[in-house]
Amino acid sequence: MTAMVKAEGVHKSYGAAHILKGIDLEVAPREVFCLVGPSGSGKSTFLRCINHLEQINAGRLSVDGRLVGYREKGDKLYELKDSEVAAHRRDIGMVFQRFNLFPHMTALENVMEAPVQVKGEAKAVARARAERLLDRVGLADKAGNYPSQLSGGQQQRVAIARALAMEPKLMLFDEPTSALDPELVGDVLDVMRGLAEDGMTMIVVTHEMGFAREVGDALVFMDDGVVVEAGNPRDVLTNPQHDRTKAFLSKVL
Amino acid sequence: MTDKFDKAPAEEPPEDSPVAKGAATTAVTAPPEQIKAIPVRHWGRWVSGVIVVALLGTLVYAFAQGNVRWDTVGDFIFDDRILGGMGRTLLISVLSMAIGLVLGVVFAVMRLSKNPVTGAVAWLYIWFFRGTPVFVQLLLWFNLGLVFEYVNLGPVYKDEMVDVMTPFMVALLGLGLNEGAYMAEIVRAGIQSVDEGQTEAAHALGMNNSKTMRRVVLPQAMRVIVPPTGNEFINLLKTSSLVAVVSYVDLTRAAQNIGSTSFAVMELLLVASVWYLVLTSIFSVGQFYLERRYARGSLRTLPPTPWQKVKANMLSLTSPRGV
Repeated sequence: MTAMVKAEGVHKSYGAAHILKGIDLEVAPREVFCLVGPSGSGKSTFLRCINHLEQINAGRLSVDGRLVGYREKGDKLYELKDSEVAAHRRDIGMVFQRFNLFPHMTALENVMEAPVQVKGEAKAVARARAERLLDRVGLADKAGNYPSQLSGGQQQRVAIARALAMEPKLMLFDEPTSALDPELVGDVLDVMRGLAEDGMTMIVVTHEMGFAREVGDALVFMDDGVVVEAGNPRDVLTNPQHDRTKAFLSKVL
Repeated sequence: MTDKFDKAPAEEPPEDSPVAKGAATTAVTAPPEQIKAIPVRHWGRWVSGVIVVALLGTLVYAFAQGNVRWDTVGDFIFDDRILGGMGRTLLISVLSMAIGLVLGVVFAVMRLSKNPVTGAVAWLYIWFFRGTPVFVQLLLWFNLGLVFEYVNLGPVYKDEMVDVMTPFMVALLGLGLNEGAYMAEIVRAGIQSVDEGQTEAAHALGMNNSKTMRRVVLPQAMRVIVPPTGNEFINLLKTSSLVAVVSYVDLTRAAQNIGSTSFAVMELLLVASVWYLVLTSIFSVGQFYLERRYARGSLRTLPPTPWQKVKANMLSLTSPRGV
């Protein structure tokens, strides 16, 4: 079985700032893969590299057997054209910390936008799916609302529905609950739990250790641009081996 | 609206309310005595009001005394030549604005592009057309025939410059290209005001750059672009009077023509002013509704239209403690 995401010695730097210092990891299909670690450890940057919002400087990164951002011919790498990058991204859904819903569109229009504009799907088909997805995230009655008329938790659930509308084979979550009031976190995590049960491959950058322990299949603890510890979430969270992991977990648990 | 009215009486609870009764058992029965104080007299307001009214009266008196034949103003206000001139003023303003909008978007995108050549060209265009007076630009177009005798597009088109550069073309190019430079800066500011997360979200969904620009960035930039654009158009409507120098017969030129032949210069200029005021007033209203449309999604409740305001004011007149 090929890995859904495979990283080998991935490096990323912005000028002099070396953010990722050689990341090796593998995400299996249907796996819920949690990335945890202190802020500035590079977990969000790594997530953004996976759908080429950031370009890696060294190493190899592939999604579903295809290199991210490059085509390999012989022993040479060719940069992909913008249109090819866009085509790759269709299969990867992303949910942002700050939701990033389109504020000039209603919830329904947000969810319909990509299938209609990117895949050229008929509006009726896209609308039917959008309604189904909004229903699934528990917001069928908010279809006509603009994002500014929704709470943070509702906005994030619309954002999840929007990403699902492209029927991706991989979902990236970049601290999806960090910008939410504590009492709204549960609704979003419930939706994510449902997705995991349906077998979606998910990479989740999170500080919700409860979610990681309960839903996660694998967990990686990152610090200062490297993977410090990896394994089964229940093992890592209850019995961390590395001092740095212990120190971090003692603060967040 | 209504809840404000509902709250109003609560400030003086009626005596038979449960609160008042509860209070009665412990102490006072009467409602608290209203403070009766002598209000501050704002003498300054009275004085300044009187002075302003007096000055205004003097001005009106001066014009009434002045040698203005008001009936002539009335005679010419619906004159065919004036109305025709106004039509051409409108036409040239609308077309120039259309050119300005298209050029503005194109040059704004060019300036923001990663290509250094297009960026530099856009910068040069804006630098020249914003840095020289429209008046000079109009004269430049008008006299283009002095340096280029022919417009020669090879097999496609060839004509003498003086035939191509009609007053209409000169006015259109002069105003349109100038407007484009200003619009480019307005559009650029609008595009830059849209959060980067929006572009990222669109890209993450698989949208390419042009779709992202058209579907996600520009509609949001419009909220920032529309208000100054409305100002630009109203400005353009008035600046268009400069085209009189290149013999385009707009409202101003028509008024001048009639004025100089009928020895009613001032009267005809007043006629022109009336029509300029009418046009700018109409477009100000249009601007309000346009802004309201692009505020969708960014405001939870849209600002009331003037009609809604009137209705609200009528309501507040009938209630004792209106807003």
